[in-house]
Amino acid sequence: MATTITPGESYGFFTDTSICIGCKACEVACKEWNQLQGDSPKFLADSYDNTGQLDAQNWRHVKFIDNVPDQTANAGDGRAWLMMSDVCKHCKHASCMDVCPTGAIIRTEFNTVFIQQDVCNGCRNCIAACPYSVIAINESTGTAHKCTLCYDRLQGGLEPACAKACPTQSIKFGPLAELQQAADVRLAALQSQGITQAQLYGRDDKVYGGLNAFFLLMDKPETYGLPNADNAGLPSRNDLGGYLVGLVTAVLGVIGGIVAFRRRRES
Amino acid sequence: MIYLAAEHFVRAPQWTWYILFYFFFAGLAGGSYAVATLLRLVGERRDEAAARLGFYASFIAVLFCPVLLTTDLAASWLKFWHMLINVTPGDQGLNFKPGSPMSVGVWTLLVFGVFAAVSAFESFALDRRDRNAMGDPGRPMGGVLGRAFNIVGGILALLLASYTGVLLSVSNQPIWSDTWMLGGLFLASGLSGSAALIALMTRYRPNAAFSLGRLHEADGYFSILELVVLVAFFITIIAAGTAGMTVQFLPLWLLALVGIGSSLVAARGHMRIRPAGGAAVVARAGTDTLVVSVLVLLGVLALRAAVIFSAQ
Repeated sequence: MATTITPGESYGFFTDTSICIGCKACEVACKEWNQLQGDSPKFLADSYDNTGQLDAQNWRHVKFIDNVPDQTANAGDGRAWLMMSDVCKHCKHASCMDVCPTGAIIRTEFNTVFIQQDVCNGCRNCIAACPYSVIAINESTGTAHKCTLCYDRLQGGLEPACAKACPTQSIKFGPLAELQQAADVRLAALQSQGITQAQLYGRDDKVYGGLNAFFLLMDKPETYGLPNADNAGLPSRNDLGGYLVGLVTAVLGVIGGIVAFRRRRES
Repeated sequence: MIYLAAEHFVRAPQWTWYILFYFFFAGLAGGSYAVATLLRLVGERRDEAAARLGFYASFIAVLFCPVLLTTDLAASWLKFWHMLINVTPGDQGLNFKPGSPMSVGVWTLLVFGVFAAVSAFESFALDRRDRNAMGDPGRPMGGVLGRAFNIVGGILALLLASYTGVLLSVSNQPIWSDTWMLGGLFLASGLSGSAALIALMTRYRPNAAFSLGRLHEADGYFSILELVVLVAFFITIIAAGTAGMTVQFLPLWLLALVGIGSSLVAARGHMRIRPAGGAAVVARAGTDTLVVSVLVLLGVLALRAAVIFSAQ
């Protein structure tokens, strides 16, 4: 899909998990372009996936979710293996950006979420906040790393490396409005075929105000390790309440101190 | 490690030992200043000696804070000032984000540090002035302005002691983000630990012994408050379904409870002690104070460790 990339417009990914084949070409392309060395090879004994998780060296991660029944009686209705190329969601209401004390996390001219490496000081507040376990500390730089949605490529008019490499077009890149339209069409097609479990995640504003990297899922979000709309809370939900309890405690503590230290008549 | 329990799919930030001790010293720095201010403003004239001990304790504790915080930065401690100044090209200026407790906390620490330093140096100057006064501490400096200075410092001190809990809550981590109680819990614990610390310091300053029973009494009230908030904390995380994660650190929770219990027992015993009780009573109280204060301070540390490590 040839796309003209214009600053000021919103861009993102639509990842259609129904056609992901788990080839991990996206992981490789991401590492190649972004010069990520990757983690040391390890055997996780957890399905056929040994990448494990998104982290400072894995900005794309194809999850292999094994739903194969022990007694194979059918083909699994397309859900025996759930493949999902996970990535930073570039949330409209980004938890990481809210809590970052340095201003290192910014929204770019493409409406994506980007960590400025020269500003980040490695406080790790964003890691505690990100509900998708996307961000991690790069051991060599000591700064927080995650998918940049290939910011440098976008600036050069190129689509992100993962989307370009995806052989099944499971990962689609483009203007957000166009992607949302394509997702609606795809969902309608699947549901007309009787695949009623198919659903869009992050397409609307129910999850973090909408995701620039949203998904078509073949099962409920929790199966993929994604919080559902009821559980997608911003860290700031505890801001006022936390300070309020602190304030009440402070008032009671001061009263306790006044009672204890008040001037008394000597008996 | 990534937690998949309840609604949390989040990575732990690996805030461990440096942050644990930062929270400990921030609680003591803020708590000691607040207790010292209360002693000075609502106490009797004879409480001034203990108040000065509180200002000393606060200043010494606050010195550890920036060292621990900057050492914990994964990048370089030389970038600590990025918390204060935004270095983003085209967006330079002071960096203050009210919605980020870490940003609020850094500024609070910076400004409170000035108050703690001024009050400690004032106490030092007063002690030098009073060294020939035969144990009768003179009035603090500054009159109304001096009292106003202490009140503003006291408010900042309370914020410093409590924001660390809010910082944890404003996240998506299990336990931390399942409750609003952590700010209040850390504050009550910090006040209790500070009263115990100042009580311990009175052993080394005879003219502050007058305040010993009053400090233990205050510690008792702070501990009741801490216990109430602790119960509320557990109710909220039980409701969220994440209380099970605390079980693995049961010894730390128990140690925190021992600290609270020690405060309550000591408060009950010392509320009746007055200077008129005689040297024997004061001497026995001093022995109790050492044991109680150490247990309370260990409890303050254990509580923070339990909260920090249970979620990670």
